[in-house]
Amino acid sequence: MAPEIGQVALVLALILALIQSVAPIWGSFTGNRMLMAVAKPAVTGQMVFAAVAFGALTWAFVHHDFSVSFVAGHSNSELPLFYRFGAVWGGHEGSLLLWILVLAIWSVLVAVFSRQMPERFVARVLGVLGVVAVGFLSFTLFTSNPFDRLIPAPADGQDLNPLLQDPALMFHPPLLYIGYVGFAVAFAFAIAALLEGRIDAAWARWTRPWTTAAWLFLTLGISLGSWWAYYELGWGGWWFWDPVENASLLPWLVGTALIHSLAVTEKRGLFKSWTLLLAISAFSLSLLGTFLVRSGILVSVHAFAADPSRGLYILAFMGIVVTIALALYAWRAPAMASDAGFKPLSRETFLLANNILLVVATLLILLGTLYPLFMDALNLGKISVGPPYFDLAFMIPMFPLMLLLGIGMHTMWRQTPGSPLWRKLRLPAIAALVIGIPMPLVFYGTAGVLTVLGSILAFWIMISALIDVLPKVGPARVTRSHIGMCIAHFGLGVMILGITFVSSYDLEVDRAGVPGQPITYAGYEFTMLGTRGVQGPNFDAIEAEVEVRRNGEYVTTLLPQKRVYRVQRDPITQTAIGGGWRRELLVSMGEPLGDGAWSLRIQYKPLVRYVWLGTIFMALGGLIAMTDRRYRLARRRETEPAVSGSSTATAGGQG
Amino acid sequence: MTPARKRRLVMVSALVAGVGLATTLALRAFQENMLYFYSPTEFVQNGVPEERTIRVGGLVADGSVRRAAGSMTIEFEVTDHAYTVPVTYTGVLPDLFREGQGVVARGRIGENGMFMAENIMAKHDENYMPPEVAQALHAGKMRAIERAREGFPDDAGSNGTAVSDSGYAGGY
Repeated sequence: MAPEIGQVALVLALILALIQSVAPIWGSFTGNRMLMAVAKPAVTGQMVFAAVAFGALTWAFVHHDFSVSFVAGHSNSELPLFYRFGAVWGGHEGSLLLWILVLAIWSVLVAVFSRQMPERFVARVLGVLGVVAVGFLSFTLFTSNPFDRLIPAPADGQDLNPLLQDPALMFHPPLLYIGYVGFAVAFAFAIAALLEGRIDAAWARWTRPWTTAAWLFLTLGISLGSWWAYYELGWGGWWFWDPVENASLLPWLVGTALIHSLAVTEKRGLFKSWTLLLAISAFSLSLLGTFLVRSGILVSVHAFAADPSRGLYILAFMGIVVTIALALYAWRAPAMASDAGFKPLSRETFLLANNILLVVATLLILLGTLYPLFMDALNLGKISVGPPYFDLAFMIPMFPLMLLLGIGMHTMWRQTPGSPLWRKLRLPAIAALVIGIPMPLVFYGTAGVLTVLGSILAFWIMISALIDVLPKVGPARVTRSHIGMCIAHFGLGVMILGITFVSSYDLEVDRAGVPGQPITYAGYEFTMLGTRGVQGPNFDAIEAEVEVRRNGEYVTTLLPQKRVYRVQRDPITQTAIGGGWRRELLVSMGEPLGDGAWSLRIQYKPLVRYVWLGTIFMALGGLIAMTDRRYRLARRRETEPAVSGSSTATAGGQG
Repeated sequence: MTPARKRRLVMVSALVAGVGLATTLALRAFQENMLYFYSPTEFVQNGVPEERTIRVGGLVADGSVRRAAGSMTIEFEVTDHAYTVPVTYTGVLPDLFREGQGVVARGRIGENGMFMAENIMAKHDENYMPPEVAQALHAGKMRAIERAREGFPDDAGSNGTAVSDSGYAGGY
């Protein structure tokens, strides 16, 4: 019964989304307030039905309804309850349903928190969100229906992919989707502004908290995915430049650029059309990411749905959305030029540099990600692009970005006098050099140029970000926006610290582990004491006991496993991690070598935790910034000029 | 030229030069890091460059995996039903590595014609086959059938029937 309810709910959601996408936009042009007023009830209804559909699928998972094809393919009667909830988005169809629900929730939130915006503008924003919802709802209903029945019903399901049976993976897709889909809101704001043919400071102020919210969820989603890959895939890396990872990084980079360019648009009325273009691009790249993942044309752990008709549908949808958006942009944006000027040493210049560098990084990664696909499509050979390209292509724009960031945070709008700036930054610069240069040398002996550079820049950003929030050093009164900005940038510094040290000094070796014989590696002695059989709820495993000592002193005992899940029968390596803030030690089991010996992979990862810790600070900064008082101020006059007043003190500016 | 214009010109030139330099560096790295994929047939018939890292993919031929007891080094053959390539690798193998499984090996060709793999990739989903491998297998199979029709002995070795279509038909 539940699947039928879900099916009907999806159809009703589609009908409401159709109404939501046509009526309000129509009304906004004809001035029909009745039609515009349809938007809010339609969007609420759409969310309710999307939630009912989602609930119905969850019900089917919880109650083991294997007559639903999607449930049979992604669950099993032995699957623990917790993972049955997560299994809802553990496959293609269910994750689309999650996408739809998330979009509906975003849309309702926009409808609820839009009281200070003009009626016509809200109608257009919700209309555009309705168009996106129609696209995804019909995609789901016509190509990927999660409620399709399987007749006759199998006795048991094929189980969820064991790699996805992991707490981090339960939250990774929802967070990522909240981020991806959140850019649809910024996109809708941009399209609505283009339809209005006008954009002002108020528009930027409305758009900023939504964009920041999407960005912070995307940040957490990517970070959680990276952490999962690190410990679950057992490869010990935290970023592989896998095309699917790139697909999530691209909208993140453009979204980051958008956040910064929105600041300029709000405070100075500049970069207007550029901001709109970034908003369109961020969402287009989200759609591109969806296409890459869902079409199955990528070689990746994520490529679980390979059906050409699905890829074609998303490609067509993406093509239509992007073409219309860009056509509208080409038609309307030129009228939005602004002539306010700024001096070379000003916040505008630094934010411009930020945008250029982030876009360069985006384009270089896009090249490496899409080029192999084009080569393949044109039958020019099958190639892939190795991680060293991405490492370099990313570092080239990032080093200048990090250097400029530490300065840019302390510049003022329009014009910054040079000597006070220098006096303010002198100390952080010296401190960064004094701490950053010796740190790698003292703790790790040797250091390459890039390591030292990374170390200096990490401390440079961290210290520079903190001086404004320190009492007595920074300005007397700081806004939440400003505190958020400082914390997010501090987080970036923390992340760079982790990246620099783990990429420079990580160690990895594959050795034969013979019971009782210690393996000395990276300053530790790893002794495999033996192996034993272990039983989990839906898997059997062989577990090795590896004792770790340092100079004879006991450090920890690691218990890596080789699991075989009873349904899918594939062996899965469960890496054991000896955690710590200075370093993490990873041991994973390879294969038996005979006589009780196993091949072991041992990894030493210095400061790796700071990579993810940094992203938490970044997201926290975003959260603080988006709760700034001025976003909650009562409705302003619609005719407010684009150039608002607060362009003098550092404390007033939010980068 | 007014000072303001001059300054703007300097800024724009610096920007263009910077972006140009960055692009040049990145494109050079791009050239160096392109990894070409070879099926066993292409590998044997066309030969492969000796100085470049490449990828070779196919099925692990049945009965071909050899490992000296207690050793971390393994030797096996990768096949597309038409030709086979001998591969050697030292280290921990991916979970799904076994005979009959689709794999992609990254590495270089050694002096003895053996492919020296530095990395082996086997997909984490048994239904899923890397698209390159699936295509290579399909092409290899067609070629083997053609040759059998023309009366050639199947020199692809003993693995012709061991891997049925159903082994990889599910996922792509």
